[in-house]
Amino acid sequence: MIKLENIRKVYSTGKVDVEALRGVNLHIKKGDFVTVIGPSGSGKSTLMHIMGCLDKPTAGRYQLNGQNIQHLNDNQLSELRNREIGFVFQNFNLLPYASAYENVEMPLLFAGVGGKKRKEKVESILKKVGLADRMDHRPNELSGGQKQRVAIARALVNDPNIILADEPTGNLDSTSGREIMELFVSLWEEGHTIVMITHDPRAKDYTEKVVTIIDGLIES
Amino acid sequence: MAKKINELMKNLLLTRLFIRELKKERRKIFLTVAGIAWGTLTIILLLSFGQGLATQMLRGQKGLGNNIVILYGGQTSIEYRGLPQGRPVQFFEEDVELLENSIPEIDNIAGEYDAWGAVYKYGDKVVNERCRGVSSVGYEDMRSHFPQAGGRFINENDIKYRRRVVFIGWGLKKDLIGDEDAIGKMVFINNIPFTVIGVMQKKMQMGMYGGPDENVGVIPSSTYKGIFSRNRLSRIIYQVNDIDKSEFVNQQVQRVLARKKQFDPDDNNALHYWDVIKNTKMTRQAFTGITIFLGVIGAMTLIIASVGVANIMYVTVKKRTREIGIKRAIGAKKATIKIQFIIEALLINLSGGFIGASIAYGIIKAVQSIPQEGADFGKNMAMQILANPEFSWTVAISTGTILGIVGLLSGYFPAKRAAAVDPITALHYE
Repeated sequence: MIKLENIRKVYSTGKVDVEALRGVNLHIKKGDFVTVIGPSGSGKSTLMHIMGCLDKPTAGRYQLNGQNIQHLNDNQLSELRNREIGFVFQNFNLLPYASAYENVEMPLLFAGVGGKKRKEKVESILKKVGLADRMDHRPNELSGGQKQRVAIARALVNDPNIILADEPTGNLDSTSGREIMELFVSLWEEGHTIVMITHDPRAKDYTEKVVTIIDGLIES
Repeated sequence: MAKKINELMKNLLLTRLFIRELKKERRKIFLTVAGIAWGTLTIILLLSFGQGLATQMLRGQKGLGNNIVILYGGQTSIEYRGLPQGRPVQFFEEDVELLENSIPEIDNIAGEYDAWGAVYKYGDKVVNERCRGVSSVGYEDMRSHFPQAGGRFINENDIKYRRRVVFIGWGLKKDLIGDEDAIGKMVFINNIPFTVIGVMQKKMQMGMYGGPDENVGVIPSSTYKGIFSRNRLSRIIYQVNDIDKSEFVNQQVQRVLARKKQFDPDDNNALHYWDVIKNTKMTRQAFTGITIFLGVIGAMTLIIASVGVANIMYVTVKKRTREIGIKRAIGAKKATIKIQFIIEALLINLSGGFIGASIAYGIIKAVQSIPQEGADFGKNMAMQILANPEFSWTVAISTGTILGIVGLLSGYFPAKRAAAVDPITALHYE
């Protein structure tokens, strides 16, 4: 499903070039639940951006579902993000003025899913994450855990092949964090592929596979 | 085909999303729409009032005459063929005939007699006013002496048979006869009975000799000569068929009369021309200039308002950086982001334009409906000139076009910036 081969990423900040990834190799198979851990500055966010097609590697090959993403243009990458990838962020990244329903609906709007089908999908997915009674609430009327559930619902709504979660429990208290982790586990059990970046040591207790990244390289 | 329909669906969905999101920004909408509405209001009012002003000025000039030249006899100032200078040049009706026959560019021509202090009497009422004798029915059109309903101007037979009929100005009619119907009434001019055949329609008159036409009585020249025992004309009035030829016709008149009256054709004091056509042309040109000037001011106001829109859109891009990042992350294309900002700017500009145009239209209609007490010359001419704005579709459409263009521009640049937002940076933007 995801195949990273010798991925390098160099950021140029004027005079100095910073090498965030220095040749990462990683295989993630369909149905995997992978945790990527590492200290801050280790390059794990960069890895996530590349896997999420938000950023392109400086060198190396990235295959998503057998498709080489180096050769895709911005529009194609946008479509890929829309269809194949579901993002869950540490700071939720919900649109503040939109209700839970509208936030979850948005990827479907960009995908051009119309009328009834869209409504059914949004409602069923919100029900699934346990927010059937919070659909009309705006983010500031929801608790942290509820916000993250909205974000997960949004990530799931277009039936992506992979869910990328960047510190999903980082802004949550331990109870909510545990609930969110349990939600991820149940999604995994349904067959979803999940890659989670975290530095929360408890998180890895839930997952089958842990990848440690230090200084832009994967330690195995 | 299916793909096209799908695309269309998608765009419709997105447009609805954009409108939904625009509605969340009431404050921005209010300020920018108000700015554009103000700009539109300004440009439309300026142009409409300017247009009205021009029309009224031209109408006012027409009150004196419709493409006419008024010719006065002067005094010779150059010796000519042994004749001394200082000889007065006088007109008689034969001169009118001569000019009419020798200059084909003259459409209408009339000799005019003018008597001051004729005594008008109707019942017990006595009024001292001017009395004019005119030698041609063309005078009606030349000097805008149009009759009110039920009446008529002097006709050929009146002149031919020396009828004692009088056409009176509306002011004289009011002073002499009051509110009654004047047509067919008997009035006395210097104790000679005349029948009133017509009352002049009210008009705006901005140029005059002797006094406004509203207070004058007009009778056939033939009749005039009989009562006032005069055969010397006060002036000759002629109408030129092509307004661009007035200069040429005046030269012809100079030439023809110089030969007849024995004066040097180069003598500039022998005849005096009051070229109303020239005045009209100058007024037209002046108002074209004024219209352009007002249009530019209006367009500037509108452009400033649009710069305001662009500015606020830029601020919005900055404020919405994170939102843009989120949308990009969940699959919005650059074009989608760009279109959103352009649509927002267009909606703001067009709704502002619509509101401004509606208010302008309302103001113009309201001003037009202010009743104007009579059309008496002098008393409220300022009101008449100013309070006649004309709402024209040309103005509305060109304003709309300008709005569309500046709207697109005020959206385009911020939109470009929005589309260029880097999603990764934006996602971590607080």
